[in-house]
Amino acid sequence: MNDAESIVELIPRLRRYARALAGDRPAADDLVQDTLERAWSKLHLYRRGTDLRAWLFTVMHNVYVNQRRAARPSSPLDEEMPELAQPGREIDALVLRDLDAAIRRLPPDQREVLLLVALEDMSYSEAADALEIPIGTVMSRLARAREKLRAMLSGLPAGSGTQLKIVK
Amino acid sequence: MDNTPQDDAELKSLSQALHQLYDPVLDEPVPARIAARIHAQPRHGRAAAIAAGWVMVGVCVGVFAGWQLRASRSAATVQAEVPGFVKRAAVAHATYSPEVRHPVEVGADQEQHLVAWLSKRLGAQVRAPKLDAIGYNLIGGRLLPGDNGPVAHFMYQTEKGRRITLYVRTEATENRETAFRYASEGNVNVFYWIDRKLGYALSSADLGREDLIKVANAVYQQLNP
Repeated sequence: MNDAESIVELIPRLRRYARALAGDRPAADDLVQDTLERAWSKLHLYRRGTDLRAWLFTVMHNVYVNQRRAARPSSPLDEEMPELAQPGREIDALVLRDLDAAIRRLPPDQREVLLLVALEDMSYSEAADALEIPIGTVMSRLARAREKLRAMLSGLPAGSGTQLKIVK
Repeated sequence: MDNTPQDDAELKSLSQALHQLYDPVLDEPVPARIAARIHAQPRHGRAAAIAAGWVMVGVCVGVFAGWQLRASRSAATVQAEVPGFVKRAAVAHATYSPEVRHPVEVGADQEQHLVAWLSKRLGAQVRAPKLDAIGYNLIGGRLLPGDNGPVAHFMYQTEKGRRITLYVRTEATENRETAFRYASEGNVNVFYWIDRKLGYALSSADLGREDLIKVANAVYQQLNP
């Protein structure tokens, strides 16, 4: 399989990650489109034999960072987090919807790490490579993201140590 | 330091939930604009090999989009069958493209008038994409009746006389966008897509799927510069 075919095969994966990262479909597809254009113009920088998927995720990360910089500054959610869900909800669809909303409310840096690890099944070191950050940063961002999710999904303040109730 | 975070039970359940949330994206057809952009020619002088590679990507994306469409059709979710306008486009192609003396109503020598007239009748700005670069010259066009109003029909041909037609109709809902989709109606192959206010169907009786999508990509790029 040549590079082109490999890239085509990865497009659905890129779209899935973009959807989770960027939120709505048009924004996600803009991100994928810009990522592919950039990857195309930078294909000579891709080292044959290395993980193409990781490389494309790095490209997407850079495009995403630039898009965010160009857009209005993101509102960090480190301070106040309104309650999104009542504790004890059992219905999966509702929980998923809450999770979707909660993911959106994470600061982008933490959202990226969380998605690479939990959705893309990357190891810490793969995520570190993709985002071009130290592995320790990956771990700390992941921990913060999980803590915020727990808090948002349980309606309890961060750090209360409750478990995330998502899928039994 | 544990380098396999997925071992964590809570993270595992989070991961499952994320997959439930976002995996459906994997089965969606790739939008036409993504497929089309990749197919574009390199803007700066780059190695021909790279260019060729990306043209391949464009072609593959189209084919892949089609494949995904088939896959999603067979899935439990009910996908719309080939829209009626695609059949009409195929019939129009079969009817007019063999015409020797009257293939079009208004010839390419009056292109400006043709486009202005059709735009007026459709109530939307239509354009006749320029496809000379890929070997197709505009012969002209005509007005056709459609199921929801007038339709613009453009015809092109190569030096060897191979003809393609582009059927353009207005779409009821604005801001709709679909992937390139492929249909085969009798011996006419059709690529169709919806882009904002207009629905397009590109028909050919000579070109196979791969060649037709190259033309479809060129049309799309011309219409979305």
